[in-house]
Formats: sequence, C-alpha cells, structure tokens
Amino acid sequence: MSRYFTEEHEWIDVEGEIATVGITDYAQEQLGDIVFVELPAEGTTFDKGDDAAVVESVKAASDVYAPISGEVVESNGALEDEPALVNSDAEEDGWFFKLRIADTSELEGLMNEAAYKKFVASL
Amino acid sequence: MSGTQDATHFEDLPLEALPLDAWHRARGARMVGFAGYHMPIQYEGIMAEHSWTREHAGLFDVSHMGQLTFSGEGVDEALETLLPSDIKGLKPFRQRYSMLLDHEGGILDDLMVSRPGDGAFEGAAIYMVVNGATKYDDIGWIIEHLPDAVVMNHMADQALLALQGPQAGEALAALIPQTADLLFMQSGLFTWRGVPLWISRSGYTGEDGFEISIPADDATLLADALCALPQVKPIGLGARDSLRLEAGLPLYGHDLSPAVSTIGADLGFAIQKRRREEGGFIGHARVMKELADGPGSKRVGLKIEGRLPAREGATIHIGATQVGEVTSGGFAPSVGAPIAMGWVSLPHSAEGTALEIEVRGKRIAAEVAPMPFVPHRYRRKA
Repeated sequence: MSRYFTEEHEWIDVEGEIATVGITDYAQEQLGDIVFVELPAEGTTFDKGDDAAVVESVKAASDVYAPISGEVVESNGALEDEPALVNSDAEEDGWFFKLRIADTSELEGLMNEAAYKKFVASL
Repeated sequence: MSGTQDATHFEDLPLEALPLDAWHRARGARMVGFAGYHMPIQYEGIMAEHSWTREHAGLFDVSHMGQLTFSGEGVDEALETLLPSDIKGLKPFRQRYSMLLDHEGGILDDLMVSRPGDGAFEGAAIYMVVNGATKYDDIGWIIEHLPDAVVMNHMADQALLALQGPQAGEALAALIPQTADLLFMQSGLFTWRGVPLWISRSGYTGEDGFEISIPADDATLLADALCALPQVKPIGLGARDSLRLEAGLPLYGHDLSPAVSTIGADLGFAIQKRRREEGGFIGHARVMKELADGPGSKRVGLKIEGRLPAREGATIHIGATQVGEVTSGGFAPSVGAPIAMGWVSLPHSAEGTALEIEVRGKRIAAEVAPMPFVPHRYRRKA
C-alpha cells in the first residue's frame, strides 16, 4: 500500500484499484473542532478536483475535493456519529471515503510523505 | 481541502497590531484579520475555550472596539438626538445598551453608553463603546450630528478587556476586592497597582462578567495578572462568537445592519418610554411606525434539526416560498447542536413556526425558537 498527499492537504492510500481518502493532520489542526462531515453517497462518480465532501468546523464549512477521479464505493459512516474522529485520528480512523480509481496516471503528480512534510514546513 | 477564511478582512488596509498582540502570540494564539486588526481567533480550540468560559472565566481582548467620550455643554441633549435611548435619565455609574440609527431608522451600529463618575476619563460626561469594524464610520456620523459645544474624544490609547464566566466575579475580586459590589450594567472607577480602570459588569457571552477599560500600556500587566489566576484562560474571537450566539445577542454587520430596524431586531427595550413618546432622535418615525404596524420581518432564534450547521446567508423557506435568511449560525457547544439566528417575515416569526433552511441544495428542518438558547446568568440584585 502506498500513501500519497495533495497540496489541498488530503491523503490517499492506494491498495489495488481502491483509494482511501482523508484530510491530513495538518488540515484538521487548521480547521479546529470538527462538528459535522457531509460524505458522498456510494456510487457517486467524481472527476479529479470535484467537490466530494464538506467538513464543518465550529467556525466554517470547507470543501474536500476528489483528489483523483473515481467512483465512491464506501463512505466512513463512523464520522456521522463522531465527526471529532477527524480531529483525533485524521490520518487513520478519520478517513472520509473510498474510491474505485478511474485513472491511475492521476496519482503520478502527487506527493509522497517526505515531500508533503516539506510542503507543510514551507507554509 | 479548501482553505476557508476564519474571519473577514477589513477592506484592503494593512492590519494593525493591538496592544496585546505579542501577548496573544506568546500564548499560542492563531491570529486572523478582523475589523482592521490582527486578532486571536483561538488558542487551544474554540470548543474548549467556549466550555471554559461557561464553567470558569475567560479573558477576551476586545481592544479593537471604539472607546469614545463626550463632554461639553448640552451633551445629553446632543446624544438624545443621536441615540434612541434615555440619556438624560442615565445615572452616574450606570450603563445602557443603545444604537445609532440612520434617518430611515436603519441600524448603523449597536453600542454601550454609560455615565462615568469619580472623575473617570478626565471628567467626561458620557463614555461609549462601539463596534470595532464600524468605529470610524460611527465617528464620522457622530461628528456630523454633534453641535460644536460638544466634544467627542476617541481614546485610541485605551485597551478593552472582557472577563466573562461564572468565576469572573471571584477572579476579578482577587485583584480588586471592591469590584464584588458591582451589579449587571453598573460600572465604576477602580485603581489597580496605581492604574485607573473603568470597569462595568457586562459582556457579550450571557455570563456574569466585566468589561475593563485600561490604558494600553498597562494592558499586558493586567492580562498577565488575570491569567495567572486559576479561574482564567485567554479566549479567542471564535468562542466569543459561539458564546454570544447561544446568548441570543446580535452581531453587528451580520444580524444587524442599516437594512434592518430596532423593532424588527427585537431591541425595542433600548428605547425607553419617554423617548418613544417624545421622539427627537434620528430614526424615530420608523420606530413609531413599526411599533404601531409591526415590522416587515423579525430577528428570531432558530433551532435546527440534525447535526448540519446552517450558516450566514442560508435561505429560509416555507414550501416554495422564501421567508427569510440566516444571519448567524453554527454549532453551539453548550447546546450540543447547531443553532442559528435569522430574519424571518413577520407572519412566520412566531415561536414554534416550522421552517426549512437550505444548505448546499438540501432542506433541513428548523423551528423558530426562543432566545437565549442558553440562559443568561447576569449578576442582578437578589
């Protein structure tokens, strides 16, 4: 399994044809207390860059983009009952949705963990 | 993920630093632009800060607000032209909520007005605190409508700190024992380590608490002394907003604007009987008309079903008809659910009216609810 990162502070775990998507620890820290997560329905298809989910903090609503194109095969139902899971465990249990990857070449431009760390440090 | 601005930037002017700027940064505050200043939006997190204030005491830096004094011949008469509230009947050491109205009765700002005593503010007759984002417009409006004999002074060298929460009383009394005698909306001149402090028992959270005007140079010393007490932590603008929303208190520029009126805003309590009857203030005609005929729409509280917050700008509907708009909304930590404030046309503004709010193309169920959402706990006479 390999993990990729985007400049929009999302992470993508790729296992075979399935990508699990979440927001990074840096992102949850920036957002503050998360009170609601709106997740896409199973079967929804996204092009890379589409609005895929919305995360609501106490203060504001922020869009989560589809980092790559694909079809939603599962959303993290645990976030409906416990949105704060995104704060406490953004990069594991706080995942948002899983996509069936439409085009693996879209992964090529993404960052690995070391590159993402460097990117965050530069902000 | 998109980066959403925490707070609106004030026009395009460079942001200024408040007297406690370095103090906030040293305590790990996340700073944002608000009302033309760098201000702390949060320290450890909005939820934790909100709860701390409801249970203990929170220290808020509100030095961005405009502190004005008035003196000279005929001050009360002049201010009764500008304000719809009873100024002549305002006793020394008492404070009142009021507002500036335009000629059409629209709200230009809401404010606190008090009559100093004991020679505070160099013997000025009236002390006023206006909103930070509107202070320069207010000053322009006020000067335009003041007679030459009345002098207005903008005290840009005064800081303003708010100490709020059920333990605010015991915390402040630890530094200044005499403040224990103040009741809600009373104020007084106190001295702490040789520094003159004008303190009123009031605030913007629904809790007991104080607002403390202090020379800017001494603000850090007082903030340090307060935060050294076990009851007190610094609290940012984020929690200030969620606290005031739960308390049902309107925020100027959001829930109040020149487009709306005092009566519609449910702030008629700020206009005492004599002023309603006698008039003589800018905007009086609108007030009387709406007292007689009712306003076109009203500011109401909104209880929201489910967990999805409805925020400012969300439209309010009954079936196919839009009947209003949300002007403030978010998750209410002490309620444990989303709440909102909005303006709804009069026929649909009664408590218990079922409404729908549109959020990202979806309708969520809401109901007109009484405010405050969390009971006020002001310290009044027993």
